[in-house]
Amino acid sequence: MQTSSKIPTDVSYLEYKGKHKGLKAWIFSTDHKRIGLLYLYSMMTLFLVGVVLGLAMKFELIAPGKTIMEAKDYNAVFTVHGVIMIFMIVIPGLPAVFGNFMLPIMIGAKDVAFPKLNLLSWWVYIAGAFLVITSVLFGDGSPDTGWTFYAPYSFKTGANMLPAIFGAFVLGFSSILTGLNFIVTMHRMRAPGMTWTKMPLFPWSLYGTAWIQLLATPIVGITLVLVALERIFGIGVFDPALGGDPILYQHLFWIYSHPAVYVMILPAMGAISEIIPTFSQKHIFGYKVLVVSTLAIAFVGYFVWGHHMFTSGMSGTAQYTFSILTFLVAIPSAIKVFNWISTMYKGSINVQTPFYWAASFIFVFLIGGLSGLVVGALATNVYLHDTAFVVGHFHFIVFGGVGFSFFAAIHYWFPKMFGRMYDTTWANIGWLIFTIGFLALYSPMFYLGMQGMPRRYYDYMEEFHAANILSTLGSWVMTLGLIIVIINLFRSAKNGPIAEANPWNGKTLEWTVPSPPPLENFDEIPEYKEHDGPYEYQ
Amino acid sequence: MSQVIHHDEHYDPEGSKIGMWLFIFTELLLFGGLFIVYSVYRYMNPDAFHLAAEELNTTVGALNTVILLISSMTIAMSTTALQKKQKATTIVLLEITFMLALIFLVNKYFEWGVKFDHGIFPGSEFMKAEMSQGEVLFFGLYFVMTGLHALHIIAGLVIMGFALARVQKGTVHADRPSLLENAGLYWHLVDLIWIFLFPLFYLIT
Repeated sequence: MQTSSKIPTDVSYLEYKGKHKGLKAWIFSTDHKRIGLLYLYSMMTLFLVGVVLGLAMKFELIAPGKTIMEAKDYNAVFTVHGVIMIFMIVIPGLPAVFGNFMLPIMIGAKDVAFPKLNLLSWWVYIAGAFLVITSVLFGDGSPDTGWTFYAPYSFKTGANMLPAIFGAFVLGFSSILTGLNFIVTMHRMRAPGMTWTKMPLFPWSLYGTAWIQLLATPIVGITLVLVALERIFGIGVFDPALGGDPILYQHLFWIYSHPAVYVMILPAMGAISEIIPTFSQKHIFGYKVLVVSTLAIAFVGYFVWGHHMFTSGMSGTAQYTFSILTFLVAIPSAIKVFNWISTMYKGSINVQTPFYWAASFIFVFLIGGLSGLVVGALATNVYLHDTAFVVGHFHFIVFGGVGFSFFAAIHYWFPKMFGRMYDTTWANIGWLIFTIGFLALYSPMFYLGMQGMPRRYYDYMEEFHAANILSTLGSWVMTLGLIIVIINLFRSAKNGPIAEANPWNGKTLEWTVPSPPPLENFDEIPEYKEHDGPYEYQ
Repeated sequence: MSQVIHHDEHYDPEGSKIGMWLFIFTELLLFGGLFIVYSVYRYMNPDAFHLAAEELNTTVGALNTVILLISSMTIAMSTTALQKKQKATTIVLLEITFMLALIFLVNKYFEWGVKFDHGIFPGSEFMKAEMSQGEVLFFGLYFVMTGLHALHIIAGLVIMGFALARVQKGTVHADRPSLLENAGLYWHLVDLIWIFLFPLFYLIT
């Protein structure tokens, strides 16, 4: 039996030889770093599938009428695109990849609290993804309800819904297990001396996220089970023909799925809160305020689900309340933006690839956030509901927020994860092309929505043509940027120049260990003295 | 696997207990969703829910409640016995809990069986023809909620089986009681949910 003291600290986790060899050394590894990479690779694969579906939709919309697919196929494409992107990419995204990889190192621990459970949650994730994919490959047609599975259509449609619904349920289970693991890890395994108020902000954002995962996911879990049972047995709970109430489904669905938006965005904000101080070489502005705003977003985020249903039928009082609460969430979000900008003020800014991504994150997040207020206000919501405007807002926040932050994070932590540096010129070119493409792809949707173009149709009137052409061109440019970024990272992970342990002069604990880290991260568990902190720059 | 062993060295009973409590939270919310659905439909169909609840057999329900309460007691006693290093008592008490859980399921089986014989089951033509929408909803929820609860009983049986084997093997003992303690917590949760289900379906008429 090998004991901890015999595990060599000069061998990185990438080269460490355990009991298993080859692929098995990865898919059966309980090392949090390997699990992080497992998530990274599985997500990248699924992400590319989602991107291809997105491209297909944009290509369909390059001209009015049928271009490459029928209405039915278009419905299936946006449904599968949504299910993959939401449940498999942006919800688990940053927590599963960077949370797994970085959280234990950033708080000075050797692993998460339950390493086996951690591996299990990856397997559960794969099982869920597999289930969703079977619904596309087999049965009488791909799911065509949209990712929201709205009742009663979700149990009336002839499409192969059950595997997709069950897959989303299973993916939720994976999310719960990860959240549970992270909470216990942060409560029990912080390095000696690292009090809660000395914990870096990325772990803090994971903490808020984990609580949402834990408290909101079960509700959608049971709701999806009810839809499945409705489909199999016809129990009646959401079926108006049997006395059920489809609006109740919408409530239950959004009680989870709105907080899920904060599951997506909080870790994204957390990563940005790490990157900005490092590249400004300055203490983060308003550390405690950022922590409080994280928790405030997580808390208030629970009580805003009704804003998805302003036109579904609810009392005036409920509408006002949900609208006001929605506006309240904007306050802690705006505080964060203010603090990031203030951190840069009078800092010595080191303009590198992660900083470009982080700065553009703030830009797209602002547009996404402000457009959110437009649809959060009652009067404008009625006008813009179910138009392309909502699609634009949603993609600016979710894809802009999570996507830009994800790429910021991967360019930031890449040298630590792989021990190699990427080609910065290509990384910057990729970022520029991606950003231009992104803006060209989604900005026209705001205009189209205000002109009245509805979402989720494969066809549109001639007057919407010009803006749609711009949007489709944008999707091509963005994909080109994406390809450059991904190829650059892949090549560099293998052949890039060897990276230093701390290339950016970061002050958080992950920069104190070798790149890539050894299996158990630390020779000795680090200790925080009285004046130590995660952002103590000179 | 060597990666696992280093974790075992950091055995943290407090940590696994927190983990279990968090998991219990998620379970409560899972049923919480169903309780919301139940309250909404009860509010919308008070008369139908009253009528349908008369159909349920309060005696069997009460019997099952007593069985679960006793089983909660026996598993708590077995945890205490483990702390006092009385291995044989621990095992006997766990076995009693296990048997009580089985009896609960047998009762449930007969209870459901009678309903099925009367044509009351999800999707039955008899229900659609003879009953009001509210009654159909009541029985739909009855089968979903007690069925989900029964699944939890089965999961509890599996967990208790593991705990039993590990106590017998000696890998769960007074200094490493986490598995049995967590099995106990889980079992109390299953019990607690039943304590809510019983009045909601059987008693409030």
